[in-house]
Amino acid sequence: MSASVLLEKITCTFAAKGGEGSYTAVRDVDLAIADGEFVSVVGPTGCGKSTLLNVAAGLLRPSSGSVKIHGDALSGINRHAGYMFQSEALMPWRSALDNVTAGLQFRGEEARTARAKGEAWLERVGLAGFGDRYPHQLSGGMRKRVSLAQMLILDPQILLMDEPFSALDVQTRQLMENELLELWSADRKSVIFITHDLEEAISLSDRVVILSAGPASHPIGEFAIDLPRPRDVSEIRLSPRFIALHDRIWHAMKDEVLKGYAQTRNRTTA
Amino acid sequence: MRRKLWIWQVLLLVAIFAFWHFATHPELIPPFVWDNPHRAAFFFGEPVKMFHVIVEWFASGEIYPHLWVTLQETALAFVIGSVLGLVIGLWLGLTPFASALFDPYIKAMNAMPRVVLAPIFMVWFGLGIWSKVALGVTLVFFIVFFNVYQGVKEVSPVVLNNATMLGATRRQLLRFVYLPSATSWVFSSLHTSVGMAFVGAVVGEYLGSAKGVGYLIHMAEGAFDINTVFAGILVLTMFALVLDFAVSFAEKRLLVWRPTQGETEPQL
Repeated sequence: MSASVLLEKITCTFAAKGGEGSYTAVRDVDLAIADGEFVSVVGPTGCGKSTLLNVAAGLLRPSSGSVKIHGDALSGINRHAGYMFQSEALMPWRSALDNVTAGLQFRGEEARTARAKGEAWLERVGLAGFGDRYPHQLSGGMRKRVSLAQMLILDPQILLMDEPFSALDVQTRQLMENELLELWSADRKSVIFITHDLEEAISLSDRVVILSAGPASHPIGEFAIDLPRPRDVSEIRLSPRFIALHDRIWHAMKDEVLKGYAQTRNRTTA
Repeated sequence: MRRKLWIWQVLLLVAIFAFWHFATHPELIPPFVWDNPHRAAFFFGEPVKMFHVIVEWFASGEIYPHLWVTLQETALAFVIGSVLGLVIGLWLGLTPFASALFDPYIKAMNAMPRVVLAPIFMVWFGLGIWSKVALGVTLVFFIVFFNVYQGVKEVSPVVLNNATMLGATRRQLLRFVYLPSATSWVFSSLHTSVGMAFVGAVVGEYLGSAKGVGYLIHMAEGAFDINTVFAGILVLTMFALVLDFAVSFAEKRLLVWRPTQGETEPQL
């Protein structure tokens, strides 16, 4: 079976802001996501997690290395992927419904069918009747639901999610995680889920990949999560298997987190 | 509280006019600056006579064609200036080379006091409304242009990336992301640009025309008819207030998607 997303020896080097020197965010990263697999990428802050996701999305060209989507080399934007951003990505001048149907409109789909699909998706994410609201009239959780519907309405085979729920409060977040799992289990898309929250990563994923602290971060460990599905994210956190996994992964991660912390501290004190 | 404030505001207005009346009406109070009791009225006019002129204007209908001309000039200057500012702002905002090339020229043209162009526009476009429209356009254009230019530069990269990932082509990005975002910046400068269009119209009329409220003021000034000058100023002020009110109304309807301070947001 060919991998849905295959990153090979990805290195991303950015020119530093002053124009002098450069900064290598990720170096020699290999990452393969199987068809229908839910993979979380966890790492300390500033380790280049988003960089990897942008590479997979085709928004960023790696300095070296190759990206293959379903076995084909990626050039330009990844048309098989939907992307859910960490920060606000909705168009503020469009109502919730118009935001959800934006992708269909870009594809040139007829307004009436797009509208009907949009309404259906709003209902699936629990926002029936909120279609005419503008983003600023919705709460943070509702905006994330709109973003989710906006991405899923195009039926992408690959979901790229960049800490999508990190701005939400704990309760809303668990609700959203459960809903994501439910929507995902319906047709098992391939998911790359970026997070800095190890608990979130374990409770959602089939596999957790740990990145080292930046600069030049790279995967330092992979853990298969053999927890049974379907899962309830708030319940599964209490199961002994979850706790054992969490313990193992946390031990592997701890040194890197401390390293990352020391680096940011040195940077601010220097 | 609001009602009370309103009453005080009206009282203040009445007080101002009363003071004006008592200070200028001949021989009402003993002269304290000038020896001649008619001198104050000569320089500052008399509110009663001024209102008389205004009532006469509206009663005879004489003012309407002048107001209509000023309104036309303001509206045309606003629309043409805004469209030009929007198009050129979008263009320069999206093409770094052109923007770098034109940058010093735009700065120079913006720094130039554009009122001095009025005589040139008179020569080019004649004494009709178009020379005033041209003057208004030069004033409106830069306000809208700078706003749109800034707006394009500040379109959220996340929103852009999101639209790109949803399959938008470059043209669709322009139409569905850059344009609405830039338009919102045009609206945020609406009060200033309508005001500038009005200034262009009135100043243009004042400098040379055959119609318009600015022309009325200019003619009265030539005849040392200070009461008519003040009447014209008052009519212009009222007119500007009405325009401003209309703009506020339009703004409220067009920018419903914008968060306003203090508005409650429904929570799940």
